[in-house]
Amino acid sequence: MTDELIARLSADLKPVRPRAMQRLLLGAVLLSAIIAITAMITWLGPRADIATAPMTMMFWTKFGYTLALSILGGAATLALARPDGVTRWPWRTGLALLALLLVGAVIQLASASAEEMPVLILGGTALVCPWRIVVLSLPVLLATMLALRRFAPANPTLAGFAAGIMAGGTGAWAYSFACGENGMMFLALWYTLGILIVGALGAVLGRLLLRW
Amino acid sequence: MQTDSTELRLRNLMLASLDGDAAAYRTLLAELGTHLRPYFTRRLTPAFAAQAEDLVQETLLAIHTRRMTYDRTRPLTAWLHAVAHHKFVDHVRRQSIRLTVPLDDDAPFFAHDDNADALARRDLSVVLDTMPARTGDLIRRTRIDGVSVAEAAAAHGMSETAAKVSIHRGLRSLVARFGGGEK
Repeated sequence: MTDELIARLSADLKPVRPRAMQRLLLGAVLLSAIIAITAMITWLGPRADIATAPMTMMFWTKFGYTLALSILGGAATLALARPDGVTRWPWRTGLALLALLLVGAVIQLASASAEEMPVLILGGTALVCPWRIVVLSLPVLLATMLALRRFAPANPTLAGFAAGIMAGGTGAWAYSFACGENGMMFLALWYTLGILIVGALGAVLGRLLLRW
Repeated sequence: MQTDSTELRLRNLMLASLDGDAAAYRTLLAELGTHLRPYFTRRLTPAFAAQAEDLVQETLLAIHTRRMTYDRTRPLTAWLHAVAHHKFVDHVRRQSIRLTVPLDDDAPFFAHDDNADALARRDLSVVLDTMPARTGDLIRRTRIDGVSVAEAAAAHGMSETAAKVSIHRGLRSLVARFGGGEK
């Protein structure tokens, strides 16, 4: 029986390219990120001042924070998608980034006038921002889950969470081109909330789909 | 612990396999089979030792379908161990689920009291023992064990009618003794 299986498996052997996991995951993310960006453009449209926005610090803060979380989530996903995978540094670095952002937000708020405060914290879109991020993240989450099904995570729930953070970061990054908010506290609260919702979604999906 | 020479040899086989060397792969899988069999047999309780072969096959299959997740720069034995461990835990978990009662068989919690049943059964057997042996046995069979009158009658070599009369008389005498008078 077992000999038969071994014969069958070795007849089925196909070469595996070096860094096959990285290629597969990166391919899934890039492809689905294009879908997310297309969805952002057709559904929400880029912010009205998109031509001048790249001159502002806040544009790049949003750009950098979301992209960094996406990359950190991807690094964690790659580590956790292996049977012998453990990782801590992406989580720590992510939390450090959030802490840094909060420090910047407090400094920004400290120099703001009383009328500016609600604009910097709640803006005009605090209630819709997390949900728009979730929607834009869905294609990325779906694609990474499909890729992850071919991997072998030691802990499917945790690997799903990491994939969710990566998808959430990518979706939030796509959303940052449509979002005209300028508060660092807004970014720290509502973007992070949206990304965490996608992370939780990924954890649930991982538990259900990533068993092997 | 695996010795370094084992790690080195298996890893070389694995690296060749990942590059598509079917002969190396076959050697690797065969050798892994001989390592995995005692590994699982040791971990299973003797009653389940027969499942070791299933686990070996499941693990070899997982090694095959998930071979992409082996990082060529890291020790192979650690990766193999993690796969085997995962398959073992998964197996035990599924086994324990299978050993429980399906949910729809789950009768209401208080529907059945074993203790009260046992007490009633003991009283009943004391009472039945005071009766003529054949009558008591007929009643026990037909009214407690749920056997048909015809079968109970056959067991005592009597006709069905005679058995019915005997049971009827026996029950009437029981009512007379324990019925607690007119109701």
